[in-house]
Amino acid sequence: MTDEELIWRISGGSGDGIASTSQNFAKALMRSGLNVFTHRHYPSRIRGGHTYTEIRAAADPVDSRGDGYNFLLALGDSFARNPQEGAVYGNEEIKPLSENLDELREGGVIVYDEGLLDPSEIPNFDERAEENDWHVFPLDLRGLARDMGREVMRNTAGVGATCALIGMDLEHVEDLMRDAMPEKILDPNLEILETAYDQVREEYDVDGVDVSVPTGEHEETQLLMSGSDAISYGAIDEGCRFIAGYPMTPWTEVFTIMTQNLPELGGISEQVEDEIAAAALAVGASHAGVKAMSGSSGGGFALMSEPLGLAEMTETPLVLVEAMRAGPSTGMPTKPEQSDLEHVLYTSQGDSQRVVLAPGTVEEAYEQSRIAFRLAYEYQIPTILLYDQKLGGELKNVPKSHFDREPNPTLGKTLTEEELAEQPHSADGKFHRFQHDVEDGVTPRSIPGQKGGRFLATGNEHDPTGHISESPDNRVAQIDRRTQKLEAIRADLDTEDTSSYAGPDDAEYGILTFGSQQGTVEEAVGRLNEAGVSVKSLGVSDMLPFATEEVEAFIESVDEVLVVEMTASGQFRGLVQKNLGRYGEKLSSLLKYNGNPFEPAEVVDGFEAAIIEGDGDASDHQTTFVPAAGD
Amino acid sequence: MSTFSAIGEEREIDRDEYTPGVEPQPTWCPGCGDFSVLKALKQALPEVGRSPEETLLCTGIGCSGKLNSYLDTYGFHTIHGRSLPVARAAKLANPDLEVIAAGGDGDGYGIGGNHFIHTARENHDMTYIVFNNEIFGLTKGQTSPTSPKGHKSKTQPHGSAKEPLKPLSLSLNAGASYVARTAAVNPNQAKEILIEAIEHDGFAHVDFLTQCPTWNKDARQYVPYIDVNDSDDYDFDKTDRVEAAEMMRTTEEALYEGEVLTGRFYVDEDRLSYGQEKRQIGEMPEEPLAERYWDDDYDWERSYDQFVDKHE
Repeated sequence: MTDEELIWRISGGSGDGIASTSQNFAKALMRSGLNVFTHRHYPSRIRGGHTYTEIRAAADPVDSRGDGYNFLLALGDSFARNPQEGAVYGNEEIKPLSENLDELREGGVIVYDEGLLDPSEIPNFDERAEENDWHVFPLDLRGLARDMGREVMRNTAGVGATCALIGMDLEHVEDLMRDAMPEKILDPNLEILETAYDQVREEYDVDGVDVSVPTGEHEETQLLMSGSDAISYGAIDEGCRFIAGYPMTPWTEVFTIMTQNLPELGGISEQVEDEIAAAALAVGASHAGVKAMSGSSGGGFALMSEPLGLAEMTETPLVLVEAMRAGPSTGMPTKPEQSDLEHVLYTSQGDSQRVVLAPGTVEEAYEQSRIAFRLAYEYQIPTILLYDQKLGGELKNVPKSHFDREPNPTLGKTLTEEELAEQPHSADGKFHRFQHDVEDGVTPRSIPGQKGGRFLATGNEHDPTGHISESPDNRVAQIDRRTQKLEAIRADLDTEDTSSYAGPDDAEYGILTFGSQQGTVEEAVGRLNEAGVSVKSLGVSDMLPFATEEVEAFIESVDEVLVVEMTASGQFRGLVQKNLGRYGEKLSSLLKYNGNPFEPAEVVDGFEAAIIEGDGDASDHQTTFVPAAGD
Repeated sequence: MSTFSAIGEEREIDRDEYTPGVEPQPTWCPGCGDFSVLKALKQALPEVGRSPEETLLCTGIGCSGKLNSYLDTYGFHTIHGRSLPVARAAKLANPDLEVIAAGGDGDGYGIGGNHFIHTARENHDMTYIVFNNEIFGLTKGQTSPTSPKGHKSKTQPHGSAKEPLKPLSLSLNAGASYVARTAAVNPNQAKEILIEAIEHDGFAHVDFLTQCPTWNKDARQYVPYIDVNDSDDYDFDKTDRVEAAEMMRTTEEALYEGEVLTGRFYVDEDRLSYGQEKRQIGEMPEEPLAERYWDDDYDWERSYDQFVDKHE
């Protein structure tokens, strides 16, 4: 754990501006020289319902949510107060102050809106505050906002009060407000910010507050970016200029970012009737010679199974993104989980011939979005970028230079008309688009409209011209060729740096994880080593073709391995065993599926309970331990 | 040389160019109406001057999907019901292509019904031919969305309790800007209608009655037919959607009473195609997007220059 860290939680109702306020405050902290990481919790509801964002800020790098928090700004759920909606919202109105109050650290600060929240509704609030040495500041944020502007500006009052209490200069907050707000609302907001700041400093002894803003410095310009931003920018830098989609949480973020940016780039975005159409449009656009993508979340992705298989069979380059949320069915739409792993690997009839990558961080989301497009087009294969609500929505600072890279708009193995003329054709002039014997299994393609390139793309098994064929010899040749591409892709991926390691090479124990839990696991590994436990971690991204050799070497190098994932059935552990064919006795699982991502302490405690003490569950956490086979 | 030099090439096109070397003779059943669609297309395409390599034909699954094997163009034999989303994206990616989609009544009005409604609604500049034989043929004779009420089959042993779907009315209401019906037994009209449909700048829907002699033996051969545009018995303005709607309704009911009415039912030449609409609001480039990937001089934008500053 970083000693000097601020974990600021802003809580209120959906629609109260929690997301935008926290984004700006995170940016202000980043601009002040700190590293930041946000964790977002929200209900599937338009108005009202408890929502919060935590911003973790420290001078040292932060790649995970923290353990609990040390500052709570409880704005109150303004929509839960609607008298007509009382029955619907029930007891939600006190939640911004009461929810997870146990997780507020000793010596922590509470600022709450006394106009909206009444702590007497929380059992033993005063006693708990005293026991934990919490510093409690009831402020009339709403009243202040109303007097100087509008009630909704109480967010600003809360930020002003925060700055006063943690000793943060208003400069960066004010700069951001000037950038973002039109003049009409800027002036009252600035006034509210400064008034709240001054009032707190005048009326309270702020020197007695233990929580203060850390100080740090960046060596280069930083960007505050989400996984969804990074995926979108990766696609754009690979020359993707076509997206088709249908709204679904949390994939909508990528769809929206792409849609807002594509017209400026002369690209096309299509919001269509359903996800079957969305994926089919991406196939059609790609077939016609444009770099194209689509995507969805669990249920919508299920509808894409058929077009996905069509892209496999017709060898149409295609990138799909799948933003996982808790399932099955509608599940918990706004809560993260990693349980679509098997769905994405195996959905659609026949043997899977696709690539699946699961980036672990915002930086990797950018890189692997680019890799996904490169592989899809070079190898003419659908590639799926698998991430989740956590990675898609969390904000993190990334050096600006990370994005300073050349674009790669190439279509892969396509032919000019001059080159096409040299290629094998049938007597009737049909181009042999699907030749049997080619290097790496990739047979060059033509684009409709090219002279000398006509062929048939079909979901049926087909001969070299694309003509439907059920000849056994042709069938075997085509399947083998398409499968050969996966071997070539595996070798190609070995030249990319998609995996992430933490901890000493010669560690005694290992933790294996995939996708978005990587940063949290790596923080836990750091803490465990500081506490004298010899452990290292491997965060895997290559799900298909699987990073078999790398994972095997990792498992071989340690005595025992804990597999950490957000599924209930241990899907990733199953994938490891399927690909490696053994190690059942060496792998145990730490699972979490309650809708919240792991905290570092849960991994630390879970590891200690599972591996060191060997008796399983860390019972004060909502995680589940599954022992190794034979244990 | 242009990237896509087949597009817009000025030359005489022979209809034999559309006949493939493999399977030049279709394997549809003898007497099948599908032959007529193939023949009409082979006549219409040279007449409108679109060669095999500037044409993309997208089909669904079923006997109609075999069209891709027998008409030698760039082809995309997609999956059941999904020819339209593939086709319309190809058109957006490269508007210079001649894009034609085709499928059966189960494919287009059943499993792909949602795509049909929305493609018509958006008025994509393409032709959609529905081989309507009122039956599922390739799967051996099950009741389809256009089978008449009471139609008996292995999957509707007591006779279908459902009213048949009204494809022309559906198309009009969804937003198609050209709606016609022709029949396999009427080759001249079929050719003329396909020419008009291909040349129409918008979504042109042709409900093509194609008799199934194998699985729909009870059904009419779609004779005798009446061309409602030529008949003295019918007088309506095909550019007026209210009159068109009434004529369609009459036609759809008449079919199940043994009277085959065909012709152009609705034509709106003023409505902008979807591509034109998108260009007007700045959501689609003027030049075909597909060309850009071959332009060595194009300066590809980077997110680093365009977008990342707002994250500072």
